[in-house]
Amino acid sequence: MRYPLTRRTALLGTAGLAATTLSAPAIAQRAPIRLGGLTTLEGPFATGGQDAYRCVQMELERINNTAGGRRIEFIRESSNAQADVALARARKLIEQDNVDIILGPLSGAEGIALRDYSRTLTGRTIVNGSSGAADTTLRNPSPNFFRFNTDGTQWMAGLGNHVFKTMGIKDVAVTAGDYAFPYAQVFGFNIEFCRAGGRSTHYWAPLGTTDFGSQIAQINRSDAGAIVVVHGGTDGLAFMTQYAQSGGSKPLIAGSIMADQSMLSARGPHRRVMIGMISAGPIADVIDDPTWREFVERYRRRWLNEGGFQSPSIHGVNYTTNLLGILHALNAVDGDLSGNQAAFQRALAAASFNAPTGASVKLDHNRQAISDIFLNRIEERDGRAQVVSFARANAVNQTLGTPEAQFLALGSPSRDNPGCVPAST
Amino acid sequence: MAERIVRTGVVALLLTAPFLLLAVLPLNQAQFWTANVLGRAVVFGIIALSLTFLATYGGFISLAQMMIAGTAGYGVAVTVDGAVPSIVGGLPYALAVPLGLLAATAMGLLVGAIAVRTRDIYLLMITLALAMGVFRFVETNIAWFNGYEGIRNVVGPRLFGQDFRNPYVFYYVSLAVALLLYGFVLYLVRTPFGLVLQGIRDNARRVAALGYSVPLHRIAAFGVAGFIAGCGGVLATIYNIGISPGSIGLGPTVNVLIMSVIGGLGHPVGAFIGSLIFTVFDTFAANLYDRDRFNTLIGLVFLVIVLVSPDGVTGIFGRLRGLAGAGKRSARSLASINKP
Repeated sequence: MRYPLTRRTALLGTAGLAATTLSAPAIAQRAPIRLGGLTTLEGPFATGGQDAYRCVQMELERINNTAGGRRIEFIRESSNAQADVALARARKLIEQDNVDIILGPLSGAEGIALRDYSRTLTGRTIVNGSSGAADTTLRNPSPNFFRFNTDGTQWMAGLGNHVFKTMGIKDVAVTAGDYAFPYAQVFGFNIEFCRAGGRSTHYWAPLGTTDFGSQIAQINRSDAGAIVVVHGGTDGLAFMTQYAQSGGSKPLIAGSIMADQSMLSARGPHRRVMIGMISAGPIADVIDDPTWREFVERYRRRWLNEGGFQSPSIHGVNYTTNLLGILHALNAVDGDLSGNQAAFQRALAAASFNAPTGASVKLDHNRQAISDIFLNRIEERDGRAQVVSFARANAVNQTLGTPEAQFLALGSPSRDNPGCVPAST
Repeated sequence: MAERIVRTGVVALLLTAPFLLLAVLPLNQAQFWTANVLGRAVVFGIIALSLTFLATYGGFISLAQMMIAGTAGYGVAVTVDGAVPSIVGGLPYALAVPLGLLAATAMGLLVGAIAVRTRDIYLLMITLALAMGVFRFVETNIAWFNGYEGIRNVVGPRLFGQDFRNPYVFYYVSLAVALLLYGFVLYLVRTPFGLVLQGIRDNARRVAALGYSVPLHRIAAFGVAGFIAGCGGVLATIYNIGISPGSIGLGPTVNVLIMSVIGGLGHPVGAFIGSLIFTVFDTFAANLYDRDRFNTLIGLVFLVIVLVSPDGVTGIFGRLRGLAGAGKRSARSLASINKP
């Protein structure tokens, strides 16, 4: 009984030895670049994470997995949108899988954790995936953390001025979730709106609120000229449904994750009030730009029959934008990652290219994207509600045009610091 | 006698593990295994040890241990110099760490006091509720805990002229803490306090009839467990370069229970065995199986362990020894294993 087992083990051992000796000389040639992917395939943002990998895979297939003359090996990891899980996965990618570059992560707290981790690394680079917390690059930036996508505050650029100047509304009610991402979005809206002379009244609700009844009653009774809704997911759906049922008729302004296909494809009375809603963000379903039309077309051809969306998600587009930054820099240095990636990182910092939406992208001195933001309106097209871009704010920087020192002095966005500094209170 | 030899052997193996790894793996992978597999397993083993201590000797299954560990982590992160954002700040690690441990011990006592009249499933529920309550509080409180984003850049002290981030410093400090706490638990359960605790586990009413205060002993046991969890929490916070509410959410809370259960709630060593198995699978499952579905593999492995041996991996050892006819000793340890 024992002999066959021993022989098999011996055979396996010999095969293993042979394999190592055979594979050793291959390393001497131009070894592939190891690109580690980190996104969330578990937890609340799992659908966004899946779409991110769809888009990354599609882009890598397009370039035949080659950039700067070297093959790209893509190694996927998954976290669950929590900082320490993302950190553990990133450590594994760097130390065990020996990747040169990490593309990721997806959510805010993960981004800050990886920014801190990147500071402890030499000769490796982390390029953000889709995380959008402002402080990741605004305060204590790390020299080898790059972000080619815009953050939650930038996404609101142009909206405050549009509401005040074009729509002529001087007084708004802001209803928002009581956590970091809505703080950043409300901050971005108020910076422009209050500076123009507008007045905001804030109604905060914790994440997971289902009953907005009293809030809606207060808002309907107030003399606010419009409502700014900065909720996402089920909270947003609950607010819009109850607002529609209350017979509300004020114009609606929305945050970037409110005017979204996940909301528009759900059935219910909210769809009636959402037609005509104005929002701002880094993407829209319909953008009048050939780059975007081509990208959406390609995405639908590749993924519509394999579980993809009608049009790529915000996370998919952000991951693609960051990947394009990496590819751009790899081509610029001809795949050369030597010298602790110094040349590669210089090329990243200097990269200038177009995102899949057609927006131009370049980096500021904190290695944070300066890019275009779209003003969108929800319209009925082809028999379904779609987010249609009607204007574009060009080259929005992280401080929305405010001098950096002045912007930093405003402090981090919070419920006590919603960005409405000059005019109100 | 044999047990002592095994014990010395295991300790020697743990002490030499980084060097053995260096001999068989390339440098960066050896460091990865030292800090991020063994080191992480030891740190989370300490937190699981606090649960195993309560479960084995008191019969209390508490789901609040990860939250209590987080209390220590937040205690350090809020007070220590260099954390971002700086909330109180300014304290050196020599003061911040004891403060964190004090906070965890106090939180342990508080949890014990609140849950003092409950047992079994009700104890489980009330500790879970406390854990989730603190989690939500921390997640929404900006002024003290910086809400969802948490507090970053807790890099750890410099020890003996070496950075704490050095994988070997981290590993050996964690290992030393774990061994001390492990020894402390084994010592404690032989003291009169530990014996009363085991009496409460077996028959609380009889212990009360003998004149011991059952509530006081229960609360004290939770205090001790709080201190142990706090040690793990401080190390975990430094390992994660900071702490955010995600570290004490439902996922990590349940993970600690999983570690304890697959390791076995029969002996304190189960906590470390369970945490090592958990860490290895958590780290490498994605390599072994489809990356989109690797959680299935983790779940299956844990299911198999619990199905094959309801008392975890240590239970398997106990059974083997029972089969080998090691005598009364193993029979006794099996009997204690079968306790809740």
